Amino acid sequence: MATRQTQTLARFMLAPSVIMLLVWMVIPLGITLWFSFQQYNPLNPIRDGFIGFDNYALFYANPAFLQSILNTLILVGSVLAITVIGGIMLALLLDQPMWGQGMVRILVISPFFVMPPVAALVWKNMIMHPGYGVFADISRFFGLQPVDWFAQYPLFSIILIVAWQWLPFATLILLTSLQSLDGEQKEAAEMDGAGFVSRFIYLILPHLARGITVVILIQTIFLLAVYAEILVTTNGGPGYASTNLPFLVYQKASLEFKIGQASAGGIIAVILANIVAIFLMRAVGKNLDK
Amino acid sequence: MARAVSNQHKTIVTVAAWIVAFLIFFPILYTIITSFKSETEAIAGFNMIPSGTTESYEEVQSQYNYFKPFMNSVILSLGSTLLALLIAVPAAWSMAFSPTRRTKDILMWMLSTKMMPAVAVLFPMYLIFRDLGLLDSRLGLTVMLTMINLPIVVWMLYTYFREIPGEILEAARMDGASLWNEIIHVLTPMAVPGIASTMLLNIILAWNEAFWTIRLTAIEAAPLTAFISSFSSPQGLFWAKLSAASTLAIAPILIMGWFSQKQLVRGLTFGAVK
Repeated sequence: MATRQTQTLARFMLAPSVIMLLVWMVIPLGITLWFSFQQYNPLNPIRDGFIGFDNYALFYANPAFLQSILNTLILVGSVLAITVIGGIMLALLLDQPMWGQGMVRILVISPFFVMPPVAALVWKNMIMHPGYGVFADISRFFGLQPVDWFAQYPLFSIILIVAWQWLPFATLILLTSLQSLDGEQKEAAEMDGAGFVSRFIYLILPHLARGITVVILIQTIFLLAVYAEILVTTNGGPGYASTNLPFLVYQKASLEFKIGQASAGGIIAVILANIVAIFLMRAVGKNLDK
Repeated sequence: MARAVSNQHKTIVTVAAWIVAFLIFFPILYTIITSFKSETEAIAGFNMIPSGTTESYEEVQSQYNYFKPFMNSVILSLGSTLLALLIAVPAAWSMAFSPTRRTKDILMWMLSTKMMPAVAVLFPMYLIFRDLGLLDSRLGLTVMLTMINLPIVVWMLYTYFREIPGEILEAARMDGASLWNEIIHVLTPMAVPGIASTMLLNIILAWNEAFWTIRLTAIEAAPLTAFISSFSSPQGLFWAKLSAASTLAIAPILIMGWFSQKQLVRGLTFGAVK
């Protein structure tokens, strides 16, 4: 079927995508790598020049660095735990027969379509504001002191917002996966007298395994890069309490003009993302062979 | 008897599901409600029934020129989507219909480019944009969004195209159809649904992209993500206006999203979950 002519044509059709992506990836990453070995500060150019691994050492010596890595891991881990467990429970609930299923589904997936700045600002102001937010109203109703969420629990507040954004994604994927479960298998298990718990452990969970893997990996890619939610709520503070790695790199580059250190941080972020990427590629790649 | 039990079960499930759905949707609902309040009403405590004033919507337009960032969002998301399709359709096509030994590697490599953290190339991109005069320009940002979403577009199209049976092409060829005729009359009609779904998902992703749209724009090219972020500055509380601006910013995408649930699953999992 594939003649030489169509093969050549196929290459021509593929070339623009490949070349553009290659250029788009190699040049900026190359520049970042180069700057990561340079002292470069637009505000103080006298000492600019090659400094080897000093930027990495400086970035590492910065106490904010360790905290930002820790914050990144806590953020990613907590949101994953909330969304995967919550997503499984929600998917199981939504898979049951009920009235108004279509509408319920629409309401549940909606937060995923809300742009990050809107999600963060709505939660910050209308829901979690210590004076006028809904949470404060609820606290006062029960005679409790309202909590200043973003000052007292900044990282937790951001986790809550991001989890709200991603719970619909996990639910939707897991629900889709759940609905592809063979009905006959379920019936057979029920006929054999398997209770809900054993059906869940031996039938449903193994079937969902693939969906859960995909949810974890894809969310991790996006969660490692959370930015706008932090920018419009805590701005990384108080101190570095809610600064993650991307936000620290942004601060170094755009606010402190320490380009070399920011670049070193960027390279570290790339390495971190790549560790996750390897696992994701394996999971997705398996599907390609089928 | 069994009927009654199952009906009872259904009632319990329905009530539980609606309560959960309401709680999850509540922040969005409350934003819409607050957008129809006056500023004093908005901070006067919990109240689900607004006075129904539309003054916030009017002020968002008259004070902040809301139409401009809105149009920027429309131009950027549509422009980048069309541009991405233009580049990706031929690529996905060739990989789906004339696969080689390297096709899988190319697809995986494309996916890997999506995983590069944006912040790692913030400064180089800034330099490139500055030197090319593209800072705060719609053109620059359109290209940026195109490149960010290109891997997803190629992947999604590829999974759709691969489902078009190759025999149909052979049959058309046997009937003496030229390559051009084959593309126009046989393949295109079968590919349109996949292309439409891809387009929908990509518009949603481009509309909500909130790193480059904030960092590479100032005023001229700033879309809604950047515009709404500017409300974070703590100069007074303008909740009704924030709500009105937010409602307008999310409404079109929310509606599009409701219609694209299936495609979303497929597109965002790179075909791993269908």
